[in-house]
Amino acid sequence: MTRGDIVARLDEVTHHYGETAALEAVSLELPSGCSIGFIGPDGVGKSTLLGLLSGVRIIQTGTVQVLGGDMRDLAHRTTVCPRVAYMPQGLGRNLYPTLSVFENVDFFGRLFGHSQEEREWRIQELLTSTGLATFPDRPAGKLSGGMKQKLGLCCSLIHDPDLLILDEPTTGVDPLSRRQFWELVGRFRERQAHMSVLVATAYMEEAERFDWLVAMDAGRILATGTPQELKTQTGAETLEQAFISLLPESKRKAHRPLSIPPPRTQDGAPAIEAHDLTRRFGTFTAVDHVSFRIVRGEIFGFLGSNGCGKTTTMKMLTGLLPASEGEARLFGQPVETSSLEVRKRVGFMSQSFSLYAELTVQQNLELHAHLFHLAKDTIPDRIDEMVERFGLGDVREELAERLPLGIRQRLSLAVAMIHGPEILILDEPTSGVDPIARDAFWELLIDLSRHHEVTIFISTHFMNEAERCDRISFMHAGRVLAQDTPEGLIRARNAKTLEESFIAYLEEASTTPDQPASETDPPTPSPPNTSPHRESLRRFDIRRMWAYARRETMEIRRDPIRLGFAFLGPIILMIVFGYGITFDVEHLSYAVLDHDRTPESRQYLENFSGSRYFLEQAPLRDYAQLETRMRSGELKFSVEIPPGFGRDLTRGRRPEVGLWLDGAMPFRAETSRGYVQGVHQAYLTDLIRREFGTEVEALPVGIDARFRYNQDFKSVFAMVPGIIMLLLMLIPAMLTAVGVVREKEMGSITNLYATPVTGLEFLLGKQLPYIGIAVLNFTSLVLLSLGLFQVPIKGSVAALVLGGILYVIAGTGVGLLISTFVKTQIAAIFATAILTTLPAVQFSGFITPVSSLSGSARIMGYGFPSSHFQQISLGTFTKALGMNDLIIPLAALASFSVLFLLLSRALLKTQER
Amino acid sequence: MNILRKLENIFRLGLKELVSLAYDPVLSILILYSFTFAVYSPAKNAQMELANASVAIVDEDRSTLSMRIHDALLAPFFFPPGHLSIGEIDEAMDSGRYTFILDIPPNFQADLVAHRHPTIQINVDATAMAQAGTGSGYLSSIISQEVRTFLGEDEIGLPVKLVTRAMFNPNLQSTWFLGISQIVNNITLLAIILTGAALIREREHGTMEHLLVLPLTPSDIMIAKVWANGLVIVVAAAFSLKVVVQWALGVPIAGSMLLFLGGTVLYLFSVTALGIFLATISQSMPQFGLLAIPVYIVMSLLSGGNTPLDSMPEALQVVMYASPATHFMSIAQGILFRGAGLDVMWPEFAAVAGIGAAFFVAALMRFRASVAAG
Repeated sequence: MTRGDIVARLDEVTHHYGETAALEAVSLELPSGCSIGFIGPDGVGKSTLLGLLSGVRIIQTGTVQVLGGDMRDLAHRTTVCPRVAYMPQGLGRNLYPTLSVFENVDFFGRLFGHSQEEREWRIQELLTSTGLATFPDRPAGKLSGGMKQKLGLCCSLIHDPDLLILDEPTTGVDPLSRRQFWELVGRFRERQAHMSVLVATAYMEEAERFDWLVAMDAGRILATGTPQELKTQTGAETLEQAFISLLPESKRKAHRPLSIPPPRTQDGAPAIEAHDLTRRFGTFTAVDHVSFRIVRGEIFGFLGSNGCGKTTTMKMLTGLLPASEGEARLFGQPVETSSLEVRKRVGFMSQSFSLYAELTVQQNLELHAHLFHLAKDTIPDRIDEMVERFGLGDVREELAERLPLGIRQRLSLAVAMIHGPEILILDEPTSGVDPIARDAFWELLIDLSRHHEVTIFISTHFMNEAERCDRISFMHAGRVLAQDTPEGLIRARNAKTLEESFIAYLEEASTTPDQPASETDPPTPSPPNTSPHRESLRRFDIRRMWAYARRETMEIRRDPIRLGFAFLGPIILMIVFGYGITFDVEHLSYAVLDHDRTPESRQYLENFSGSRYFLEQAPLRDYAQLETRMRSGELKFSVEIPPGFGRDLTRGRRPEVGLWLDGAMPFRAETSRGYVQGVHQAYLTDLIRREFGTEVEALPVGIDARFRYNQDFKSVFAMVPGIIMLLLMLIPAMLTAVGVVREKEMGSITNLYATPVTGLEFLLGKQLPYIGIAVLNFTSLVLLSLGLFQVPIKGSVAALVLGGILYVIAGTGVGLLISTFVKTQIAAIFATAILTTLPAVQFSGFITPVSSLSGSARIMGYGFPSSHFQQISLGTFTKALGMNDLIIPLAALASFSVLFLLLSRALLKTQER
Repeated sequence: MNILRKLENIFRLGLKELVSLAYDPVLSILILYSFTFAVYSPAKNAQMELANASVAIVDEDRSTLSMRIHDALLAPFFFPPGHLSIGEIDEAMDSGRYTFILDIPPNFQADLVAHRHPTIQINVDATAMAQAGTGSGYLSSIISQEVRTFLGEDEIGLPVKLVTRAMFNPNLQSTWFLGISQIVNNITLLAIILTGAALIREREHGTMEHLLVLPLTPSDIMIAKVWANGLVIVVAAAFSLKVVVQWALGVPIAGSMLLFLGGTVLYLFSVTALGIFLATISQSMPQFGLLAIPVYIVMSLLSGGNTPLDSMPEALQVVMYASPATHFMSIAQGILFRGAGLDVMWPEFAAVAGIGAAFFVAALMRFRASVAAG
């Protein structure tokens, strides 16, 4: 190995997460052009270190120099970014599950500004050499773990990086895929000799392959050197032993080599049994007639490539999935009908972390202790025991989400065992767990099996773990290939090791077209030009923005439910509201309390029963009834005729008629009062004309009320423009609301951190497709109002269209803005709902005119786009206004669009903390 | 024994739900916001009756009488009137700066004294549906009142007098009404979103699968979500009613608050179930957002809390009677304003309970089915 240039240098780098230190004054020089492995237990700062080197994380203290410049310097980071590739921890974390294999790679190619021609040959080359070329159209989400990682590697290599950073790329990947993965990396390194590769790994046997190693513990560097140097230095035979002896005394002490007592001979009732267990998903058979019989106290291992049906089998055993055929039995009882009592005797740990990330370690343990109904007084002791056994003491009060992968796995195990189950079903429990913790865990399993007769059903990718099982089963493509003791399987294939035997079985079985023979180096198309393309370093590149817009569009198109709601939702709502929200008060229920019952009183009341506005109910008998019936809400008003009404009227004693209004709904009460007064007035005019033969003396002035814009005073002309305003805020904002926060929750936000895409390109790219949808919504709503509701546009169509476009840009901007500052998708949806409905419904002029608002309502009204678009919508539909009359609200909307975008950009983090 | 265990499961899972809720401070702030500011501000500052109406006067007369009319436009019905010249009327109406503009013609007072029957013009922005009708009525009666007083006339002796009394809300203040409506709306919104999104979150994070292998039944999981989220909402609503509505807005509460909270609990049963139901239909959080929002807006805007139910087309009324929000709105208005007791309100309670039970069973069935499908 040549010790030439330095690819990266760290100087006194310290990094903290709250109280916890991830890195403590680390200084390190990494040689260029070789492969460097970072090894060490979980949570020692490997990921943090790689994050800092890739520029994905913000540097706290110290200096980090990569490819000849300071990573604190934005200009350098921007320049260097296209030369670095970063693949985060977790299977397919930075991929887009609904996009196909080809589309994922294509997206990354676009981010790096490759031309179409260049992208095509590069993608072709990468897919061919990874064996993914046979199914370029399969969605990434449907790939097996190993395939996902290969695809992730393709995405990282698309731009010929000088520095490739891989964070635990093979964790949770089966041995065959793992081997293929490293062969792939090797081939790429041969082709690009100058490329440096930095890898964090938990597999010690992998670490042997690297040119140079960095051994880490507790945020510090223990040792550096070639694998051979490390082994010589410690006088150890294997790297694993070398590492253990490098650890400080206190940690080393805890570790001792495992000894496995022979299994007790048992021939009692089997604990787990499966007969021809089969599961189909559509036409795909995930598990194909699998049978096994596991006796009490046995450790049964399940090995197989990713996606071979191990997890599906385990889900059927736990009753999470019903079997399509065959039967599974626990303790002799069929699983489907197994009672809750049976579940209490089983502990299950699923492959992905599935505990509550928002609860602390202690809270997670407590919750499960209670759910399994452990006796109250034993719970604290039991939790202490688990905490001690799994080494969780330091993180007891820590939120589970803050734990590194390996420690999370330990917590999951602790939870699965808290109730002392008789059967343990463990799906890859040690993926990502460091060797020492793994040994400690196995010690526990062996103790449980040998001394407590606990039956253990475990799947794993570690061969040394498989060797510890009493019996193992090799699985591939839903079938069991072989099933025997480890020694038996090695013998059957005349192999030296279990791994060799396993791979021999696998290779024999993988002659299906699904698994191309990727062992041989396939011919790769030669590049049209050999000079590596460097994409533009412009601050804003429309192609990168377009890459995001394109990807977002594809995702929506693959989601028919969301698409359907986005288009049909506003139309349906408009129809419902157009008919439903009305200020035309009609059919007012009322009743009369007639104490008089004379022809005169009946004559007075006839005026009411004749009106179309009123709906007469059964008459009232007395005050008590008036009170109850008003109270129940049945009557909107009551008319009371006093005793002696007729007599007083004829004698000119001016009797008083009582009107009782239901004040619970003031608007309706006001309107009712107006109608009743109208009826009363008509009665009087009529009466005076009849009795005195004269007209009522007119007021000496004329009052000419001119109802402008809406002479008929029909609420549809005011409502329809308002509903357009309302819907074009609520729906577009909701469309974009989860945009950014979802990427944060799912992990693909890393692509913003690690690729040359800038914050503005990212935001605009995410916003564009939704602006498109919202403009279509706008069109459909306008057509609906013209057609169905017969509300014509009296003013400037151009002003309405311009206003509509600006308004939906602002509306989608609101959603995006909310999305940048919240932490969870729930909060994003909730915030969008609560923060947009108030100003759009109450403060926009939809119900109360904006000019009548006061205080905070007025500020919010003007400080939100809705009131301005309401002016444009009402103005162009009903008030016959032109472009010139609407310059101010149009300018306001334009300002909001820009403001929201800039605010989002300011709040969007382009590096991780 | 068995039932006790079930109860403990439900209790423990609910506690977990509360811890999860507290985990995101933004969520807590939003809950606080929706039961304080989002109740106070619209109730206080965006009234629906004739309050703070914006009015301007084009005074071409500048006489004693025109000044008197000007002075008679008082708060709280009107904002202090603005002054415009005759040429500014169109622009002021178009831009929505004023809802009403009075035009008092030149020589108005002189013409009146000389019995030449002058005319005052009231320009009304008829797109302001909530104010246009009542406002023009008010303005007419204020003008006639001022004119009569000026001429020294008394109100003519009409043969029958109509005496109006508004029960439950003597001054017909919409603040009372809006405060309650907002609480009801926010209860609906919170219940749907909190519960539904909590379920989807469990599914997206894989914890739902984890719960299902524990000795728990789907109904345990669902009831736990209902009680925990429901509790938060009931407490927040009670606080809002007592502190924001009763104390800050000064709305007298006529009936029994306890009865109302009882109604709220019944109501929450149905809306949280609705949230879960919607969550089982949608596969991801973005889908849920798009589904929940329309459901919420329809339920709240058409519940009778904004515009009266009686004016809707009959088919729609029938549909809205199947929505628990409609009945809950009646319960809120009935108890809080009209002081109605259970003796009067029981049909509404029964409706809420019945719809709630139906929703709950439907949601549970959907939930079980979605769980079984894996």
